[in-house]
Amino acid sequence: MIIYGVAALAACHLAGVILGDLLGVLLGVQSNVGGVGFAMLLLIVASDWLRRTGRLPALSEQGILFWSAMYIPIVVAMAAQQNVVAALAGGPVAIIAGVGATIACVALVPVVARIGGQDAPLPPLMAQEA
Amino acid sequence: MEMITEILSKNGLVFAFVVVGVVMWVSYQISDRLSAGRLHGSAVAIILGLVLAWWGGLATGGSKGLADVPLFAGIGLMGGAMLRDLAIVSTAYGVDIREIRKAGAAGVVALALGIVVSFAVGALVAAAFGYTDAVSMATIGGGAATYIVGPVTGTALGASSDVIALSVAAGLLKAVLVMIGTPLVAPLIGLNNPKSAMAYGGLMGTTSGVAGGLAATDKRLVPYGAMTATFYTGLGCLMGPSVMYLALLAITGG
Repeated sequence: MIIYGVAALAACHLAGVILGDLLGVLLGVQSNVGGVGFAMLLLIVASDWLRRTGRLPALSEQGILFWSAMYIPIVVAMAAQQNVVAALAGGPVAIIAGVGATIACVALVPVVARIGGQDAPLPPLMAQEA
Repeated sequence: MEMITEILSKNGLVFAFVVVGVVMWVSYQISDRLSAGRLHGSAVAIILGLVLAWWGGLATGGSKGLADVPLFAGIGLMGGAMLRDLAIVSTAYGVDIREIRKAGAAGVVALALGIVVSFAVGALVAAAFGYTDAVSMATIGGGAATYIVGPVTGTALGASSDVIALSVAAGLLKAVLVMIGTPLVAPLIGLNNPKSAMAYGGLMGTTSGVAGGLAATDKRLVPYGAMTATFYTGLGCLMGPSVMYLALLAITGG
């Protein structure tokens, strides 16, 4: 059933966020540390194990793939509720700090990505898949 | 008319699906017809979303963009942290764990470097504009990391509210820039494989920026970038009021 896939995804999400919050408390930080990352790792490991033992029928899989396909629309809704007015109203200090940090970090991407050898690019994407 | 708006606000989330669906359709038309597919449809959609957010902010004076317009409140639920994080987690389905292990070292280096460089740039800019005390420099530096690290650092160190507001604005601007700019710079920085995406997520750190930027570049890169970015804000909140502040204190001499 589709709900099994959705439920597994939701359970991984919650378990990961709880782990991230616990880690935050442990480190004494007022923030979640890596909750979504832990949730993703849980989902990867759990779905891999379920698939290998033949316990993940295609229909359950659809429950996860639906949310994956909704990702971009959800991100568009996220963009539509950003505080763009405040972002543009910060004055020169905020603008130069924000733009400067962004440019400096972007420039470092090729340097860091080279650690442990360069990777080959992914194969080109089919138009429909996007 | 009044009855219809009432029904639409009562069914906010359902109406949001319609609104976003229309935005997506318009965006893909613009992408196909005006840019011949060069600018990806999802990139256009995110830019349109930001324009709507700007309009909503101007119209209502609120802080949640379009979601502050009562009719469009459902956008707030659809694009809020809860469903956003569920969708991000779902993109990890089918990811190869070996890719993540292979890029682990690069991801950790990216996180550390991303936080330190952002703080350094933010603190330098703050000092250049006369905010030469370590507390203000650390707060604006935190804002240059993300719009959450700034206020958390500022509150912990007792920064003034105008400095905290500046740090939030710097972080918001970074998130918006990353969303729009990622597809444009991707070819220049080799952002086309899982490892560079993990480095990218760790260096940029802003979850919403990385989530939007990678979606507009190549959706297959999302889980790798999101994986590292999700650790960034937590680490930034850990390092900001401690290591970063102490380092700035040592440099400024108190």
